Amino acid sequence: MLKHRIRSILKYAIHNPKLVTGVCLLLGLVLIGAVGPWFVDSEKARPISVPTNKQPSAQYPLGTDSGGRDVLSVMVVATPQTLRMGIMAGLVGVLIGTSLGLISAYYGGLADTLISGVTDTMLTIPPLAVLLVVAASFRALNIEMMALIIASLSWMNSTRALRAQVLSLKELPYIHMSRLSGLSDIRIIAEEILPNILPLAAAHFVGAVSGAILAGIGLEVLGLGPQDTPTLGMTIYWAMLYSALIRGMWWWWMPPILVLIVLFIGLFLISTALDEFANPRLRKAQ
Amino acid sequence: MTPRPVLQVENMRVCYRKQGRALAAVDGVSFELYEGERLGIIGESGSGKSTLAWALMRLHKPPTTTEAEGVVLNGVNLLALNDEQMRQTRWSQISLIPQGAMNSLNPVMKIRHQMADAIKSHESGWSSNRITDHIGSLLGRVGLPASVADMYPHELSGGMKQRVCIALGIVLEPKVIIADEPTSALDVVVQRVVIQTMNEVQQQLKSAMIIIGHDMGLMAQCVDRLAVMYAGRIVEIAPVRSFFRDPQHPYSRLLISSLPSPEEKRELKGIPGMQPSLLDLPSGCAFHPRCPLAYEHCTRTTPDLHKVDEQRAAACHLAKEYTA
Amino acid sequence: MNHNLLDVHNVTMHFGGNSRNRGGVVALENFTLSIPSDEAKIITIAGESGSGKTTLARLILGIIQPTGGEILYRGKILPQMSHEERQEYRREVQAIFQDPFAVYNPFYPIDRLLAVPLRSFGLAHNRAEARRLIEAALEQVGLRPNEVLGRYPHQLSGGQRQRIVVARSLLLKPRLIIADEPVSMIDASLRANILENLKQLRDKFGISLLYITHDLATAHQISDELYVLYQGRVAEHGDSTAVIKTPKHPYTQLLVSSIPRPDPDHPWVGRVEIPLNETTVIKDRTGCLFKERCAHALPACHLQPPQFVVATGQSVACHLNAESEAPTGRSKR
Repeated sequence: MLKHRIRSILKYAIHNPKLVTGVCLLLGLVLIGAVGPWFVDSEKARPISVPTNKQPSAQYPLGTDSGGRDVLSVMVVATPQTLRMGIMAGLVGVLIGTSLGLISAYYGGLADTLISGVTDTMLTIPPLAVLLVVAASFRALNIEMMALIIASLSWMNSTRALRAQVLSLKELPYIHMSRLSGLSDIRIIAEEILPNILPLAAAHFVGAVSGAILAGIGLEVLGLGPQDTPTLGMTIYWAMLYSALIRGMWWWWMPPILVLIVLFIGLFLISTALDEFANPRLRKAQ
Repeated sequence: MTPRPVLQVENMRVCYRKQGRALAAVDGVSFELYEGERLGIIGESGSGKSTLAWALMRLHKPPTTTEAEGVVLNGVNLLALNDEQMRQTRWSQISLIPQGAMNSLNPVMKIRHQMADAIKSHESGWSSNRITDHIGSLLGRVGLPASVADMYPHELSGGMKQRVCIALGIVLEPKVIIADEPTSALDVVVQRVVIQTMNEVQQQLKSAMIIIGHDMGLMAQCVDRLAVMYAGRIVEIAPVRSFFRDPQHPYSRLLISSLPSPEEKRELKGIPGMQPSLLDLPSGCAFHPRCPLAYEHCTRTTPDLHKVDEQRAAACHLAKEYTA
Repeated sequence: MNHNLLDVHNVTMHFGGNSRNRGGVVALENFTLSIPSDEAKIITIAGESGSGKTTLARLILGIIQPTGGEILYRGKILPQMSHEERQEYRREVQAIFQDPFAVYNPFYPIDRLLAVPLRSFGLAHNRAEARRLIEAALEQVGLRPNEVLGRYPHQLSGGQRQRIVVARSLLLKPRLIIADEPVSMIDASLRANILENLKQLRDKFGISLLYITHDLATAHQISDELYVLYQGRVAEHGDSTAVIKTPKHPYTQLLVSSIPRPDPDHPWVGRVEIPLNETTVIKDRTGCLFKERCAHALPACHLQPPQFVVATGQSVACHLNAESEAPTGRSKR
């Protein structure tokens, strides 16, 4: 049965051009990070490892920056770092959001009041302001910490959306039927409700990854990101710091921006395709 | 004086595509509807009756195709009209009260505005007084007080909403009214009131009516002639009295005998088997796997709808042939 | 076993309103019913929307709690049951709902509906046994296992889906089944099979059934006892054949006469109208609730009629029957 379901999902997926394009774009980026180190020396991404400010050439295909880094190596190392941060933050955020939304909608009562209260309160807190303050106070910020901080300020949207969906699902006759069949609450949540909210959770996950990467870039560009690990945002920060734009060093600031554009287009296409999948009315008539 | 047919349907076929194949949901249906007549079309879910209703209104969109040798309404071939002409014909000459209409009323508009919309989209230049008067008289025709016009759909009961939908269907006094499952999901007394309303409306307007449903009892109460559909074809058509007294097609007989009667308690006999899927139609007569009288000829040749007498026709090899 | 299987004792269900029970809606009022444990019966609760019949189903299934009166299963009040008693109650009282599609989780094939209760209640020791039990139950309701097992709900017809629900009831061997409009969403020609299946539950398996419907024709076919509800009160009660053949309450007479007979020579007689204020549940509950619609209303109808006994086992809440004895203990309000 599970095989049949996976097969039908894949069949739908393959015919959806948005999904295919989006996934290909993202896979491309993942490949850069996975396969890149075989062809490129990642040590050269460290500062003071190569001569500075060199234009792109056969030896340095993307030139070098003012810190003495090989820009191509930087791209190969930075892309997966940024992706990792986004996926971690997205995953943690949606996991928290789904769990809280489920508990609050299914059990109602005091749990719902508490969780909704906390959610609604936290929604009023401007995330960027908090991020700035937290980032500025922690000197040694690494990828994991950034992911956690961002997740802790973005789980609320998922909570609200999933709570709404579970509220409408739990009154359906098949839930009553399961209860009459003797299923415990936990099993009803896990086996009856969860499969039906997965499409929405997946759509939120993709959105959360985009949002997290954007927030991360925002912090890094202000210089508040990890100082010793190369990321796309930090590359832009260093480029700005060293006036790469004015100095015409396009090989320094263009690659990270291009990678980011490809990343966001890919995520957007996947999220639209997931939206269509979750909402059958948007699926094109065949 | 023989009444003239107000609608003549000749060999209609409605095909839709599924899994790369063209399936005929309506397959070679021909019939005539006379002025002032009430024709019932009965069949199980999936027999093609709603598809037929939509096809008569030319509501199917590609890739579903609607073809026929003729769909002639008062001398006009509906299939030959262009989109704009058909749009004007809909509602003014032929109207449809679709299945579940009462659940499709706009919940945020008052009844008055929904009815005015229907009027204005076909008749420009009516003054608002004229529209208000017309709405009041329409509601009166369906047995509702004029105050209903200022209510919202959620303030009305199921039966009242359905009567509003009937009023919407007769807004321009069409010659043919098609009602698709007008009483499903309604309680037994409300059902009676709705059918009563439809009968009254039809008599006042002298329109012809096509009523589509699956309940034999209701059909017996409100139609003059009855057609039975199975797997996209009409398998029997007869005046309602002779239909119930002497059904010609085995499917009709089984349908009648499967009804519970409030008079006597007897064992209820259902119809064995299931409706065939259009992807996998049986050879010859589509009903033969479930037919208690099927014989070898039935598996090879599909029976045509042939006349059994002056007024009745059946599509069964065992039904007698009419010799004039 | 000296307890009845089910005792519904003067149950009232009041929705909304404030703590002093003013305002809001009375869905069910002082309803009493019992089902014995030594004899399987099919009892029909008949009424239209707003009669309180679905509320009664939800009360008996424990989905909501009554605001007045009590419901006892095997002599124990629902909220006071121990965990074991609750488990037993959950297994012995099953439901068949109106919508044969909504009871299935569209994510899973229909097998799940049959397999889950077997597992939860420990009725099968291993997969092979479970499979055997499921196949036997499907065959009991006239379905071929290889045609329905492994399919998703949207791949089957309404009649098949509902029969699978009946098969599920057979698997669990309950004592009582609450069937809420089990055939009203199914084509008229397919109802016969399911109704026969329900009758079999009583005849072959000794399961009692509470059959809730607005269609008296089907009620007549299968039930022993009939309650006619109007706006939360019992209008008439008795042996089903007697009530349907000789209805004494004007409302029952209206229901019976509105059944569409499949005979063009027996049309409905007379014109029927439903007053506009039927759309809202009657707020003023003094006197007989049917008096506005009743052709035979008497001045006495301003007082709520008690249940007059008109024949053995048949009682009517209508002043027109005042010559008959009124059972003692009922107060006139």
